[in-house]
Amino acid sequence: MDFTYDSETVALRDAVRGLLGKAYPSSEDRRGATNTEPGFDEKVWGRLAELGALGLPFSEDDGGAGAGPVEVSIVAEEIGRVLAPEPFVESVVLAGGLVAAAGTAEQRADVLGRLSAGENVLLPALLDSGQPVSASGEGESVTLTGAKEPVLHGARADQLVVSAVTDRGVELFLVAGDAEGLTRTGYRTFDGGRAARIELDGTPAVRLGEQGDRSAAIDEVLAAARIAYSHEALGAMEVALSQTVEYLKTRKQFGVPLNTFQALTFRAADLYVSMELARSTVMWATLVLADAPERAAEAASRAKAIVSRTSRHIGQEAIQLHGGIGMTAEYSVGHYMSRLTALDHWLGDGAEHRAVLAASVRDHGVLEPLA
Amino acid sequence: MKLRLSDEDARFRDEMREYFTTRFPEHIRAKVLARQELSKDDIVESQQALNAEGLAVPNWPVEWGGRDWSQLQRHLWHEEMQLAGVPIPLAFNASMIGPVIAAFGSEEMKERFLPKTANLDIWWSQGFSEPDAGSDLASLRTTAVRDGDEYVVNGQKTWTTLGQYGDWIFTLVRTDPDVKKQAGISMLLIDMTTPGLTVRPIELIDGGHEVNEVFFEDVRVPAENLVGEENKGWNYAKFLLGNERVGVAPVGTTKRWLADAKEAAGDRLSSDPVLASRVADLENELMALELTALRVVAHSAEGKPHPASSVLKLRGTELQQAVTELYVDLAGPWALASGAGDGSSAPDWARVSTTQYLNYRKASIYGGSNEVQRQIISGTILGL
Repeated sequence: MDFTYDSETVALRDAVRGLLGKAYPSSEDRRGATNTEPGFDEKVWGRLAELGALGLPFSEDDGGAGAGPVEVSIVAEEIGRVLAPEPFVESVVLAGGLVAAAGTAEQRADVLGRLSAGENVLLPALLDSGQPVSASGEGESVTLTGAKEPVLHGARADQLVVSAVTDRGVELFLVAGDAEGLTRTGYRTFDGGRAARIELDGTPAVRLGEQGDRSAAIDEVLAAARIAYSHEALGAMEVALSQTVEYLKTRKQFGVPLNTFQALTFRAADLYVSMELARSTVMWATLVLADAPERAAEAASRAKAIVSRTSRHIGQEAIQLHGGIGMTAEYSVGHYMSRLTALDHWLGDGAEHRAVLAASVRDHGVLEPLA
Repeated sequence: MKLRLSDEDARFRDEMREYFTTRFPEHIRAKVLARQELSKDDIVESQQALNAEGLAVPNWPVEWGGRDWSQLQRHLWHEEMQLAGVPIPLAFNASMIGPVIAAFGSEEMKERFLPKTANLDIWWSQGFSEPDAGSDLASLRTTAVRDGDEYVVNGQKTWTTLGQYGDWIFTLVRTDPDVKKQAGISMLLIDMTTPGLTVRPIELIDGGHEVNEVFFEDVRVPAENLVGEENKGWNYAKFLLGNERVGVAPVGTTKRWLADAKEAAGDRLSSDPVLASRVADLENELMALELTALRVVAHSAEGKPHPASSVLKLRGTELQQAVTELYVDLAGPWALASGAGDGSSAPDWARVSTTQYLNYRKASIYGGSNEVQRQIISGTILGL
């Protein structure tokens, strides 16, 4: 049992932190990227690829680095710390994860190889909207009809991984971003990101892997993505908390710094307590994913449930303790809350995951977190 | 990073579990598991059983019965005791005065007290708090004036837990009134049968007798009972209180209570989604606390508590209280049946639910109140 990073992991963290710190030294720089299409910096995406970050979890045969959940979590956390708008978890963990789990050897080498090299912005389209996506035709090549929304960064996708209900269950398909019969309507999201409605109308698609239900693979990949997003939230919460602490030390009211008011410092102490408990849970979930993947879905729900509560606590208090400046777009702390809110409502919010945990509460007596 | 215990630690945990669940006196565990109050005899028997196995004072120096375990092993020992319903060794002996005597006492003092302290042949009480010195401990006013080979002690201590059982009391006394308040304090060991020392019970809201006032009226204490040096008592107290915070989050006990509460709730967990969600939440937050305790244990420099141990005290007692509150809510109207006799239909767990709930309001007050912990976190950790 060991919750500390080894030197290689620390080196990776420092490299990613260095890269992203240079790319987004301030919230103004980040706003520069989010105010311009496609909503993130293509150059930064390329540098993440050069660093090897985009291929981290994929096997070397597929063009990746053969690393594991711990390394992925490191990158996600650094993304969260500067609110980097690049779709790392969406593309690498979720879409790439689906290809790695379901694709044939050729599909994996092709799609993941180009994703790792930064040549292919691959994004997942999983949420049905209004018109569930159905597939027709046999063999590898089929056509899809229906709509998906919201698809994060969907308007920028070079390629999409689309889920569709077939008579075998849920299957996965690769669709080119510019495929015939595909309409995408992009829009901005409140956290500075981008999403799109994707309509498919007899759109040609290629089945990922063999025919057959992919629900199990999807669930596994969703668990991994929930855990990675929890790390992204952890990075964001940590910075929001430290900015708030700094502000309490420097901002003067009534002629004295805010930290002379015990009512405020006690609230900061409670934020720290929340933060530490969330960090323990999220790090644990990553280790479960790496070490005992059969328990990863439950671990992901545990992480999501606690991160939901903590991110609301820290996000709300960070703004309140800053006062009016926390509300402004020029100052960064409000952006943290905004991003944390987006992360909370993506892949199941706190209430949804608490309900999952509540349903299984009778399945065990004492809960044992260590394997 | 790794999730699993090493083979060695897993084996260690299994050994502990095996002893606690199969060889430790069963009648004591049964009382703990039923959440009944233990008698003095139970507590003494329990500690002597542990001591005979070398499990009462593993945190002490090896020559006085310590085990030279890693922090993680100590943590596992502590958790397994709580999960099994084995009372942890009396804190006043095992984690408070014992380590202080071992670290700062003279050889004579060690030989005289440590074996009896480990075996609970001496029951120690704590004489720190006073009516005007609680969280602000350094303001204490009980005086000890040197008179030949003796100190003459006058004053009053309060909140002396289980003082009615005490054989000896370790006290903080003012030996120099003319210096900065922390600098004039000494630590004295006092035989509680000494003339002039009286113990008066304080009745609490749960109807029980757990704490006491202790009065000193010209109590004459041999000077050899001074711990370490005169006027250095504050240092020893800080050492002692630092130890006290280690293991202060009673995760194992709270986990067991919560698991038992699920038993008590039974089918209601399936039919009442609000209740199920509340239990799931408590369970998840308790797991977060347990994992945080493991992180703190893994990062503790030898002997020095991690600053984040305040997180454990704060959140650990909050969750402990939340679980006692859950029991009262589960009991509903049965919560009032605390005094019911044998003919009652009220289940046993419901009868003890309210007294325990009321009793555990203490948890966020003792051992450095949770407000003191917030002060430590904001000051020491956050630099505010």
